Amino acid sequence: MSVLTVIQEFLERLFPRSGGSRQDVKRRLQLVLAHDRADLTPEMLEKMRQEIVEVISRYVEFDAEGMEFSLEMDERVTALIANVPIRRVRNEVL
Amino acid sequence: MGRIVVITSGKGGVGKTTTTANLGMALTRLGRTVALMDADFGLRNLDLLLGLENRVVYTALEVLAGDCRLEQALVRDKRQPGLALLPAAQNRNKDAITPEQMQQLANLLAEKFDYVLIDCPAGIESGFKNAIAPAQEALLVTTPEIAAVRDADRVVGLLEAHGIRKISLIVNRIRPQMVQANNMMSVSDVQEILAIPLAGLVPDDERVIISTNRGEPLVLEANLSLPGIAFQNIARRLEGEKVPLLDLDAPYNTLMGRLRRFFSR
Repeated sequence: MSVLTVIQEFLERLFPRSGGSRQDVKRRLQLVLAHDRADLTPEMLEKMRQEIVEVISRYVEFDAEGMEFSLEMDERVTALIANVPIRRVRNEVL
Repeated sequence: MGRIVVITSGKGGVGKTTTTANLGMALTRLGRTVALMDADFGLRNLDLLLGLENRVVYTALEVLAGDCRLEQALVRDKRQPGLALLPAAQNRNKDAITPEQMQQLANLLAEKFDYVLIDCPAGIESGFKNAIAPAQEALLVTTPEIAAVRDADRVVGLLEAHGIRKISLIVNRIRPQMVQANNMMSVSDVQEILAIPLAGLVPDDERVIISTNRGEPLVLEANLSLPGIAFQNIARRLEGEKVPLLDLDAPYNTLMGRLRRFFSR
Protein backbone atom coordinates (compact mmCIF):
# COMPACT_ATOMS: atom_id res chain seq x y z
CA MET A 1 0.00 0.00 0.00
CA SER A 2 1.47 3.32 -1.03
CA VAL A 3 1.65 6.28 1.28
CA LEU A 4 -0.88 8.06 -0.89
CA THR A 5 -3.56 5.40 -0.50
CA VAL A 6 -2.95 5.36 3.25
CA ILE A 7 -3.53 9.11 3.40
CA GLN A 8 -6.54 8.83 1.15
CA GLU A 9 -8.09 6.11 3.29
CA PHE A 10 -7.32 8.09 6.41
CA LEU A 11 -9.10 11.14 5.00
CA GLU A 12 -12.07 9.02 3.98
CA ARG A 13 -12.36 7.73 7.50
CA LEU A 14 -12.19 11.24 8.88
CA PHE A 15 -14.73 12.59 6.40
CA PRO A 16 -16.96 9.73 5.30
CA ARG A 17 -18.42 10.31 1.86
CA SER A 18 -22.13 10.28 1.33
CA GLY A 19 -21.90 7.32 -1.04
CA GLY A 20 -23.00 4.76 1.57
CA SER A 21 -26.15 2.66 1.52
CA ARG A 22 -27.93 4.96 4.00
CA GLN A 23 -29.40 7.17 1.27
CA ASP A 24 -30.48 4.09 -0.70
CA VAL A 25 -32.39 2.58 2.21
CA LYS A 26 -34.09 5.89 3.00
CA ARG A 27 -35.14 6.39 -0.61
CA ARG A 28 -36.48 2.83 -0.91
CA LEU A 29 -38.38 3.11 2.38
CA GLN A 30 -39.97 6.46 1.44
CA LEU A 31 -41.25 4.94 -1.78
CA VAL A 32 -42.48 1.63 -0.37
CA LEU A 33 -44.18 3.32 2.60
CA ALA A 34 -45.93 5.84 0.37
CA HIS A 35 -47.49 2.88 -1.46
CA ASP A 36 -48.18 0.87 1.73
CA ARG A 37 -49.94 3.82 3.35
CA ALA A 38 -51.99 4.75 0.32
CA ASP A 39 -53.05 1.14 -0.08
CA LEU A 40 -53.46 1.66 -3.85
CA THR A 41 -52.79 -1.27 -6.14
CA PRO A 42 -50.47 -0.66 -9.12
CA GLU A 43 -53.46 -1.24 -11.41
CA MET A 44 -55.53 1.43 -9.66
CA LEU A 45 -52.60 3.82 -9.79
CA GLU A 46 -52.12 3.22 -13.51
CA LYS A 47 -55.83 3.64 -14.22
CA MET A 48 -55.85 6.87 -12.27
CA ARG A 49 -52.84 8.08 -14.25
CA GLN A 50 -54.55 7.33 -17.55
CA GLU A 51 -57.74 9.11 -16.57
CA ILE A 52 -55.87 12.16 -15.33
CA VAL A 53 -53.90 12.25 -18.59
CA GLU A 54 -57.18 12.09 -20.50
CA VAL A 55 -58.62 15.07 -18.67
CA ILE A 56 -55.46 17.17 -18.91
CA SER A 57 -55.03 16.48 -22.61
CA ARG A 58 -58.47 17.93 -23.31
CA TYR A 59 -57.16 21.30 -22.14
CA VAL A 60 -53.44 21.33 -22.96
CA GLU A 61 -50.82 19.67 -25.09
CA PHE A 62 -48.13 18.26 -22.86
CA ASP A 63 -44.84 16.44 -22.98
CA ALA A 64 -45.72 12.81 -22.21
CA GLU A 65 -42.03 11.87 -21.96
CA GLY A 66 -41.32 14.42 -19.24
CA MET A 67 -44.39 13.58 -17.21
CA GLU A 68 -43.91 12.32 -13.65
CA PHE A 69 -46.57 10.58 -11.66
CA SER A 70 -45.75 9.17 -8.26
CA LEU A 71 -46.72 8.73 -4.62
CA GLU A 72 -44.56 10.52 -2.09
CA MET A 73 -44.82 10.94 1.64
CA ASP A 74 -44.15 13.62 4.12
CA GLU A 75 -44.65 13.06 7.84
CA ARG A 76 -47.57 10.61 7.87
CA VAL A 77 -49.30 12.12 4.86
CA THR A 78 -49.10 10.51 1.45
CA ALA A 79 -49.27 12.80 -1.58
CA LEU A 80 -49.92 12.04 -5.21
CA ILE A 81 -47.41 14.06 -7.19
CA ALA A 82 -48.11 14.69 -10.86
CA ASN A 83 -45.64 16.79 -12.77
CA VAL A 84 -46.92 17.62 -16.25
CA PRO A 85 -44.76 19.83 -18.50
CA ILE A 86 -47.20 21.84 -20.64
CA ARG A 87 -46.22 22.56 -24.26
CA ARG A 88 -49.20 24.58 -25.33
CA VAL A 89 -52.66 25.47 -24.08
CA ARG A 90 -55.39 24.41 -26.49
CA ASN A 91 -57.49 27.16 -28.00
CA GLU A 92 -60.53 25.01 -27.68
CA VAL A 93 -61.31 22.38 -25.13
CA LEU A 94 -61.53 19.00 -26.88
CA MET B 1 -55.46 2.65 37.79
CA GLY B 2 -52.06 1.87 36.34
CA ARG B 3 -50.95 2.63 32.80
CA ILE B 4 -51.38 -0.21 30.31
CA VAL B 5 -48.62 -0.10 27.69
CA VAL B 6 -48.10 -2.57 24.84
CA ILE B 7 -44.57 -3.16 23.49
CA THR B 8 -44.91 -4.05 19.83
CA SER B 9 -43.02 -4.03 16.52
CA GLY B 10 -44.60 -6.01 13.71
CA LYS B 11 -41.36 -7.72 12.74
CA GLY B 12 -39.94 -10.41 15.00
CA GLY B 13 -36.48 -10.37 16.53
CA VAL B 14 -36.10 -6.62 16.89
CA GLY B 15 -36.02 -6.61 20.69
CA LYS B 16 -39.58 -6.40 22.03
CA THR B 17 -39.09 -8.92 24.82
CA THR B 18 -35.67 -7.54 25.79
CA THR B 19 -37.22 -4.08 25.93
CA THR B 20 -40.17 -5.28 28.03
CA ALA B 21 -37.90 -7.06 30.53
CA ASN B 22 -35.53 -4.12 30.88
CA LEU B 23 -38.19 -1.42 31.04
CA GLY B 24 -40.07 -3.40 33.68
CA MET B 25 -36.95 -3.65 35.83
CA ALA B 26 -36.00 -0.03 35.15
CA LEU B 27 -39.43 1.25 36.24
CA THR B 28 -39.25 -0.73 39.50
CA ARG B 29 -35.84 0.83 40.10
CA LEU B 30 -37.63 4.18 39.90
CA GLY B 31 -39.94 3.04 42.67
CA ARG B 32 -42.89 1.94 40.54
CA THR B 33 -44.74 -1.36 40.72
CA VAL B 34 -44.88 -3.17 37.40
CA ALA B 35 -46.76 -6.20 36.04
CA LEU B 36 -45.37 -7.76 32.87
CA MET B 37 -47.83 -9.67 30.70
CA ASP B 38 -46.49 -12.11 28.17
CA ALA B 39 -48.97 -12.07 25.27
CA ASP B 40 -46.94 -14.50 23.19
CA PHE B 41 -49.00 -17.65 23.77
CA GLY B 42 -47.24 -20.74 22.43
CA LEU B 43 -43.86 -18.98 22.07
CA ARG B 44 -43.32 -17.40 25.45
CA ASN B 45 -39.88 -15.95 26.15
CA LEU B 46 -40.30 -13.17 28.65
CA ASP B 47 -39.85 -15.59 31.57
CA LEU B 48 -36.45 -16.56 30.12
CA LEU B 49 -35.16 -13.02 29.69
CA LEU B 50 -36.14 -12.28 33.28
CA GLY B 51 -34.53 -15.49 34.55
CA LEU B 52 -37.87 -16.56 36.05
CA GLU B 53 -38.52 -19.65 33.92
CA ASN B 54 -38.11 -22.08 36.83
CA ARG B 55 -40.67 -20.30 38.95
CA VAL B 56 -43.61 -20.40 36.51
CA VAL B 57 -46.40 -22.55 37.99
CA TYR B 58 -49.65 -21.18 36.57
CA THR B 59 -50.31 -19.08 33.47
CA ALA B 60 -52.92 -16.56 32.36
CA LEU B 61 -55.10 -19.44 31.11
CA GLU B 62 -55.44 -21.04 34.54
CA VAL B 63 -56.48 -17.67 35.94
CA LEU B 64 -59.15 -17.29 33.25
CA ALA B 65 -60.38 -20.86 33.77
CA GLY B 66 -60.73 -20.16 37.49
CA ASP B 67 -58.18 -22.87 38.35
CA CYS B 68 -56.12 -20.41 40.36
CA ARG B 69 -56.25 -16.85 41.62
CA LEU B 70 -54.44 -14.07 39.74
CA GLU B 71 -52.08 -13.66 42.71
CA GLN B 72 -51.05 -17.33 42.46
CA ALA B 73 -50.16 -17.07 38.80
CA LEU B 74 -48.03 -13.95 39.26
CA VAL B 75 -44.32 -14.70 39.52
CA ARG B 76 -42.79 -12.14 41.88
CA ASP B 77 -39.20 -11.18 41.19
CA LYS B 78 -36.98 -11.65 44.24
CA ARG B 79 -34.41 -9.14 42.95
CA GLN B 80 -37.05 -6.44 42.39
CA PRO B 81 -40.02 -6.90 44.72
CA GLY B 82 -42.10 -4.38 42.73
CA LEU B 83 -42.00 -6.57 39.62
CA ALA B 84 -44.35 -9.43 38.74
CA LEU B 85 -44.76 -11.58 35.64
CA LEU B 86 -48.02 -13.02 34.38
CA PRO B 87 -46.79 -15.87 32.15
CA ALA B 88 -48.37 -16.95 28.87
CA ALA B 89 -49.20 -20.61 28.26
CA GLN B 90 -46.48 -22.35 26.29
CA ASN B 91 -48.39 -25.51 25.24
CA ARG B 92 -51.23 -23.61 23.54
CA ASN B 93 -51.53 -21.25 20.59
CA LYS B 94 -52.56 -17.62 20.03
CA ASP B 95 -56.25 -18.51 19.87
CA ALA B 96 -56.27 -19.89 23.41
CA ILE B 97 -57.23 -16.40 24.61
CA THR B 98 -59.50 -13.62 23.31
CA PRO B 99 -59.01 -9.83 23.22
CA GLU B 100 -61.77 -9.49 25.84
CA GLN B 101 -59.99 -11.90 28.18
CA MET B 102 -56.71 -10.01 27.73
CA GLN B 103 -58.54 -6.82 28.58
CA GLN B 104 -60.03 -8.40 31.68
CA LEU B 105 -56.63 -9.60 32.94
CA ALA B 106 -54.87 -6.32 32.14
CA ASN B 107 -57.54 -4.31 33.95
CA LEU B 108 -57.21 -6.51 37.05
CA LEU B 109 -53.45 -5.97 37.00
CA ALA B 110 -53.82 -2.22 36.45
CA GLU B 111 -55.78 -2.01 39.70
CA LYS B 112 -52.79 -3.33 41.63
CA PHE B 113 -49.76 -2.07 39.70
CA ASP B 114 -48.56 1.35 38.48
CA TYR B 115 -47.69 -0.12 35.08
CA VAL B 116 -48.87 -3.09 33.06
CA LEU B 117 -46.40 -3.79 30.23
CA ILE B 118 -47.66 -6.19 27.56
CA ASP B 119 -45.06 -8.05 25.51
CA CYS B 120 -46.69 -8.40 22.09
CA PRO B 121 -45.91 -11.32 19.76
CA ALA B 122 -44.52 -10.66 16.27
CA GLY B 123 -46.96 -10.35 13.40
CA ILE B 124 -50.28 -8.57 13.05
CA GLU B 125 -52.64 -11.50 13.47
CA SER B 126 -54.67 -12.68 16.46
CA GLY B 127 -51.75 -12.58 18.94
CA PHE B 128 -51.16 -8.94 18.05
CA LYS B 129 -54.85 -8.12 18.33
CA ASN B 130 -54.99 -9.76 21.77
CA ALA B 131 -51.95 -7.82 22.95
CA ILE B 132 -53.13 -4.38 21.85
CA ALA B 133 -56.76 -4.82 22.98
CA PRO B 134 -56.22 -3.61 26.56
CA ALA B 135 -53.52 -1.01 25.79
CA GLN B 136 -53.93 2.74 26.24
CA GLU B 137 -50.52 3.50 24.80
CA ALA B 138 -47.85 1.75 22.75
CA LEU B 139 -44.08 1.57 22.56
CA LEU B 140 -43.01 0.68 19.05
CA VAL B 141 -39.64 -1.08 18.85
CA THR B 142 -37.74 -1.11 15.59
CA THR B 143 -34.20 -1.44 14.28
CA PRO B 144 -32.61 0.77 11.60
CA GLU B 145 -33.31 -1.80 8.88
CA ILE B 146 -35.67 -1.55 5.93
CA ALA B 147 -37.92 -4.53 6.79
CA ALA B 148 -38.27 -3.59 10.47
CA VAL B 149 -39.17 0.01 9.64
CA ARG B 150 -41.70 -1.00 7.02
CA ASP B 151 -43.40 -3.39 9.45
CA ALA B 152 -43.31 -0.74 12.18
CA ASP B 153 -45.07 1.70 9.87
CA ARG B 154 -47.82 -0.82 9.21
CA VAL B 155 -48.22 -1.33 12.96
CA VAL B 156 -48.57 2.43 13.54
CA GLY B 157 -51.52 2.39 11.15
CA LEU B 158 -53.12 -0.59 12.92
CA LEU B 159 -52.62 0.94 16.38
CA GLU B 160 -54.18 4.21 15.24
CA ALA B 161 -57.10 2.34 13.69
CA HIS B 162 -57.57 0.66 17.07
CA GLY B 163 -57.76 4.05 18.78
CA ILE B 164 -54.28 4.00 20.35
CA ARG B 165 -53.02 7.52 19.72
CA LYS B 166 -50.14 7.64 22.17
CA ILE B 167 -47.40 5.80 20.30
CA SER B 168 -43.71 6.37 20.82
CA LEU B 169 -40.70 4.91 19.13
CA ILE B 170 -37.69 2.97 20.42
CA VAL B 171 -34.88 2.52 17.88
CA ASN B 172 -32.89 -0.55 18.90
CA ARG B 173 -29.51 -1.90 17.75
CA ILE B 174 -27.99 1.32 16.53
CA ARG B 175 -24.40 0.95 15.34
CA PRO B 176 -22.91 4.44 15.53
CA GLN B 177 -19.86 3.56 13.43
CA MET B 178 -22.06 2.35 10.58
CA VAL B 179 -24.23 5.46 10.82
CA GLN B 180 -21.09 7.61 10.65
CA ALA B 181 -19.94 5.73 7.57
CA ASN B 182 -23.36 6.40 6.02
CA ASN B 183 -24.17 2.73 5.93
CA MET B 184 -27.01 2.70 8.45
CA MET B 185 -30.03 4.90 9.07
CA SER B 186 -29.64 7.15 12.07
CA VAL B 187 -32.22 7.45 14.84
CA SER B 188 -33.49 10.68 13.32
CA ASP B 189 -33.72 9.10 9.85
CA VAL B 190 -35.98 6.39 11.26
CA GLN B 191 -37.99 8.82 13.32
CA GLU B 192 -38.46 11.15 10.36
CA ILE B 193 -39.77 8.30 8.24
CA LEU B 194 -42.15 6.90 10.86
CA ALA B 195 -43.13 10.39 12.10
CA ILE B 196 -43.93 9.43 15.69
CA PRO B 197 -42.30 10.78 18.89
CA LEU B 198 -39.09 9.17 20.10
CA ALA B 199 -39.02 7.37 23.47
CA GLY B 200 -35.37 6.44 23.14
CA LEU B 201 -32.58 4.62 21.39
CA VAL B 202 -30.53 1.56 22.34
CA PRO B 203 -27.08 0.80 20.92
CA ASP B 204 -26.22 -2.59 19.45
CA ASP B 205 -24.17 -4.18 22.19
CA GLU B 206 -22.80 -7.65 23.03
CA ARG B 207 -23.77 -7.15 26.64
CA VAL B 208 -27.45 -7.45 25.65
CA ILE B 209 -26.79 -11.04 24.52
CA ILE B 210 -24.78 -11.80 27.64
CA SER B 211 -27.56 -10.53 29.91
CA THR B 212 -30.06 -12.67 27.98
CA ASN B 213 -27.84 -15.73 28.42
CA ARG B 214 -27.84 -15.18 32.15
CA GLY B 215 -31.48 -14.14 32.56
CA GLU B 216 -30.37 -10.92 34.21
CA PRO B 217 -31.73 -7.75 32.59
CA LEU B 218 -29.07 -5.08 32.01
CA VAL B 219 -30.70 -2.54 34.26
CA LEU B 220 -30.07 -4.83 37.28
CA GLU B 221 -26.32 -4.08 37.19
CA ALA B 222 -24.99 -1.78 39.86
CA ASN B 223 -22.84 0.08 37.31
CA LEU B 224 -25.03 0.46 34.28
CA SER B 225 -23.56 -0.30 30.85
CA LEU B 226 -24.41 1.95 27.89
CA PRO B 227 -27.43 -0.17 26.79
CA GLY B 228 -28.47 -0.38 30.47
CA ILE B 229 -28.42 3.42 30.70
CA ALA B 230 -30.39 3.54 27.45
CA PHE B 231 -33.22 1.43 28.91
CA GLN B 232 -33.13 3.31 32.21
CA ASN B 233 -33.48 6.59 30.26
CA ILE B 234 -36.52 5.28 28.39
CA ALA B 235 -38.11 4.36 31.74
CA ARG B 236 -37.43 7.88 33.04
CA ARG B 237 -39.02 9.39 29.92
CA LEU B 238 -42.10 7.18 30.44
CA GLU B 239 -42.28 8.75 33.87
CA GLY B 240 -42.37 12.18 32.24
CA GLU B 241 -38.80 13.20 32.95
CA LYS B 242 -36.91 15.16 30.30
CA VAL B 243 -33.79 13.11 29.64
CA PRO B 244 -31.41 14.06 26.81
CA LEU B 245 -30.80 11.40 24.18
CA LEU B 246 -27.72 9.22 24.59
CA ASP B 247 -24.90 10.50 22.41
CA LEU B 248 -23.61 7.28 20.88
CA ASP B 249 -21.10 9.13 18.71
CA ALA B 250 -19.24 10.58 21.65
CA PRO B 251 -16.69 7.74 22.02
CA TYR B 252 -15.99 7.85 18.28
CA ASN B 253 -15.74 11.54 17.63
CA THR B 254 -12.45 12.36 19.31
CA LEU B 255 -9.43 12.62 17.04
CA MET B 256 -7.56 10.07 19.18
CA GLY B 257 -10.48 7.66 18.92
CA ARG B 258 -10.45 7.99 15.17
CA LEU B 259 -6.69 7.53 15.00
CA ARG B 260 -6.82 4.50 17.27
CA ARG B 261 -9.53 2.85 15.20
CA PHE B 262 -7.65 3.64 12.04
CA PHE B 263 -4.43 2.02 13.23
CA SER B 264 -6.02 -0.91 15.02
CA ARG B 265 -7.51 -2.35 11.86
